[in-house]
Amino acid sequence: MSEQNETSMGGFLKSHLREYGMLVALVVIMVFFQFMTEGTLMRPVNLTNLFLQNSYIIIMALGMLLVIVAGHIDLSVGSVVGFIGAMAAVMMVNYDLPVWLTIPICLVTGAIIGAAQGYWIAYWKIPSFIVTLAGMLVFKGLTLWLLAGQSVGPFPKSFQLLSTGFVPDIFGSGKPNLTALLLGIVLALAIVALGLRERARQQKFGTVDEPGPVFWIKNGLVAAAIIYVSYLLSTYRGLPNVLITMAVLTMVYTFITNRTTVGRRIYALGGNEKAAKLSGINTERLTFLTFANMGMLAALAGLIFAARLNTATPKAGLAFELDVIAAVFIGGASMSGGVGKIIGAVVGAFIMGVMNNGMSILGVGIDWQQVIKGLVLLAAVIFDVYNKNKSS
Amino acid sequence: MDTILEMRGITKSFPGVKALDDVNLRVRRGEIHALVGENGAGKSTLMKVLSGVYPHGSYEGEILFNGAEQRFNGIADSEREGVIIIHQELALVPLLSIAENIFLGNEIAPKGVVNWPETFARTEALLKKVGLREKPTTLVDALGVGKQQLVEIAKALSKEVKLLILDEPTASLQENDSQALLDLLMEFREQGITSILISHKLNEISRVADSITVLRDGATVSTLDCHAETISEDRIILDMVGRDMAHRYPERVPQIGETLFELENWNVYHQDHAERHLIRDVNLRVARGEVVGIAGLMGSGRTELAMSVFGRSYGQNISGTARLNGTEVDLSTIDRAVDAGLAYVTEDRKSLGLVLEESIARNITLANLPGVSARGVIDDTAERRVAEDYRQKINIRTPNIFQQVVNLSGGNQQKVVLAKWLFAEPDVLILDEPTRGIDVGAKYEIYSIINQLAAEGKGVIMISSEMPELLGMCDRIYVMNEGAFAGELAASEASQEKIMSMIVSA
Ligand SMILES: Nc1ncnc2c1ncn2[C@@H]1O[C@H](COP(=O)(O)OP(=O)(O)OP(=O)(O)O)[C@@H](O)[C@H]1O
Ligand SMILES: [Mg+2]
Repeated sequence: MSEQNETSMGGFLKSHLREYGMLVALVVIMVFFQFMTEGTLMRPVNLTNLFLQNSYIIIMALGMLLVIVAGHIDLSVGSVVGFIGAMAAVMMVNYDLPVWLTIPICLVTGAIIGAAQGYWIAYWKIPSFIVTLAGMLVFKGLTLWLLAGQSVGPFPKSFQLLSTGFVPDIFGSGKPNLTALLLGIVLALAIVALGLRERARQQKFGTVDEPGPVFWIKNGLVAAAIIYVSYLLSTYRGLPNVLITMAVLTMVYTFITNRTTVGRRIYALGGNEKAAKLSGINTERLTFLTFANMGMLAALAGLIFAARLNTATPKAGLAFELDVIAAVFIGGASMSGGVGKIIGAVVGAFIMGVMNNGMSILGVGIDWQQVIKGLVLLAAVIFDVYNKNKSS
Repeated sequence: MDTILEMRGITKSFPGVKALDDVNLRVRRGEIHALVGENGAGKSTLMKVLSGVYPHGSYEGEILFNGAEQRFNGIADSEREGVIIIHQELALVPLLSIAENIFLGNEIAPKGVVNWPETFARTEALLKKVGLREKPTTLVDALGVGKQQLVEIAKALSKEVKLLILDEPTASLQENDSQALLDLLMEFREQGITSILISHKLNEISRVADSITVLRDGATVSTLDCHAETISEDRIILDMVGRDMAHRYPERVPQIGETLFELENWNVYHQDHAERHLIRDVNLRVARGEVVGIAGLMGSGRTELAMSVFGRSYGQNISGTARLNGTEVDLSTIDRAVDAGLAYVTEDRKSLGLVLEESIARNITLANLPGVSARGVIDDTAERRVAEDYRQKINIRTPNIFQQVVNLSGGNQQKVVLAKWLFAEPDVLILDEPTRGIDVGAKYEIYSIINQLAAEGKGVIMISSEMPELLGMCDRIYVMNEGAFAGELAASEASQEKIMSMIVSA
């Protein structure tokens, strides 16, 4: 056995095809729709809408990634979105409870719903598919019951801000929105700085495998894209509140999965449950917490979705679980657990989102939209499997 | 004798590793050819090249079998030519019967309908050939590893075998099962079947091999003809590790302190069958600085005992007292056992010891994440330092510590499991077959680590099916039979014969 330390550019790209492939796919899809829609896709108004429309899918994808990495699935999230939206509506509209009280109660309820399902999955070893399928039916039914089949709304102004609000421009006059632009630049620089720090650390251990040019091109593109997007947003109304929520949550969950012991243990649990257990990891509690977390994020998504529509309808959240799960798998997570990245799930969600949005602008009917989304999901997974077979 | 197989200039690379570098192998018709070398030398890889697991084109060099060049594109191709491989990890379907397993993928099924009477008849004939007295309908699940190994061989025989490749067939076998298997190989030799045997047990090799090829670092070092000269084990070791090894077991002056860990009247019932009394009234004691062995046959309950102690990870209705430093401890869950200072190194590294898709570094720190983190946040630098440290200390062969464990050779995987538990810094270390599949050089390294732990005042409990290893390492040996301790021997009075007679007379 002799060591080969040189990493050729081609070899490196080949072995990381999946990661870069996804980013490239997102860019290609965006350019395609930008072209086909004659520039409508990237108009500031539409871009803002794109974020608003997809925020709840992305937020749920964060939790779903953990669930799937742990080796499970949660089919109930769509119903939970509907149920929590209905609950919030009933609390605020029918009972006139204040917003500041409604929001935490809803989030806690979501966590309890997740925990209740997680309990059976973790401690009774009932397959998550079955438990959450049951949950899906139960909460769909409860939503109908709560709303008595009617739409309930509208909501107080302050609640709507959850979704339709924008960060006020503290630095400028609002046209263009300097705060948005500045935040974008800061974020871009931070990403490059973090990347450089990690690279320096790898250099210390002689384990850098990403060739220099790839590093700079990737980070350069990501930074440019972020600054460009924030510039576009700044020419409209600035940063939507949900975008901030989403970005912060994405960072928090990236940190949890990459750097914390809890995150590490979830990957170990999904990779080999028995070995994780014999290493002293409380696998039951971990599974339980993963589902409770998912429930809470689904509740947050439910609140944001209700706020956006400004009404709770019995149909809210319908089939959301499909988009969320698809996003996670497009993002490279493995059905058998142990593999997947937060950033992958987010990019996966954006791929779905851009396609939804672009096809709607083009006037593609809902029928063909579904067909195309299904095929994209299948293609992404086939690509995964093909890669895996080729490399071994 | 003519040549049945010649592999010429075989080179095979994986990302970052050159596993084989211009390897040549020549096997004569009708012989038993042994393939030896350290962990990670490339033995399994070479055999996977030969059997088409790595298809033609994914390696360089050529294969001549029966005088013709072969370009196997998969197992099916090589099997058609009569090359049958039995892998290091057994590949039977546990919930299918023996007969179903033997004819899996090769069913006796004219027009797609299985002919069961003939299947059973042929299975019975095959089982007779390998000397296995079981019904064809018995589920493989119900067989011990030794018998499963025989089923694998029967399966190979069902396929018109010309060259049989066995990758460490005896690694998890009991002494007498190993003997039976080797006898079978010699019988095959009489019938003209050629075999390639990979093993780390050099005494077996000396016993049956006609020639020996030694691999080191992915290259052929030597080919020895056992009939032209007598080949001593030391000679093989010299070629394998590239240096002399005067002793198989490192020197140690035992310094035994006060009692560290005790079990009293330990009783365990079977995991799934509550009425089966599996472990009976076991009393065990290990002192600081002591290495205690547990000898016994496969199925005597040694692993079940160890796992029941380690956080009740096996069995039910567990009763008895466990004492650490004289005070009773609660070992009812695995995290409690770990916190109390216990560690259990499993014998089943693939399914119980490792997260295969993860890196070496992440596997090593898994049982002691707090050791590389502060307030729940992992310090990458610390983690890398720890992993790097163990890689050097116990010589894990890998290009770097970020390699996925699944890509390591069997012996090196074992070292990762060991490193994981060493890093947990236990007081009482229970080792279950710690050197299974490990080469002589690495065994010595592991023995040295065990001795060092003992010297630091820790207690080591060692379960092993290799009696010489127990005799060479332990201060005291418990002999276990059918779930109970049949007796106890001090190192000074222990011998293989005494242990065996205790087992038999119990
Ligand atoms: N799929 C793979 N990807 C990367 N490296 C691999 C892969 N398979 C094997 N290797 C590497 O090739 C080398 C030879 O491995 P191999 O399994 O052939 O060793 P071995 O001689 O059978 O060892 P052991 O006695 O421990 O079973 C090792 O360094 C191993 O890490
Ligand atoms: Mg091997």
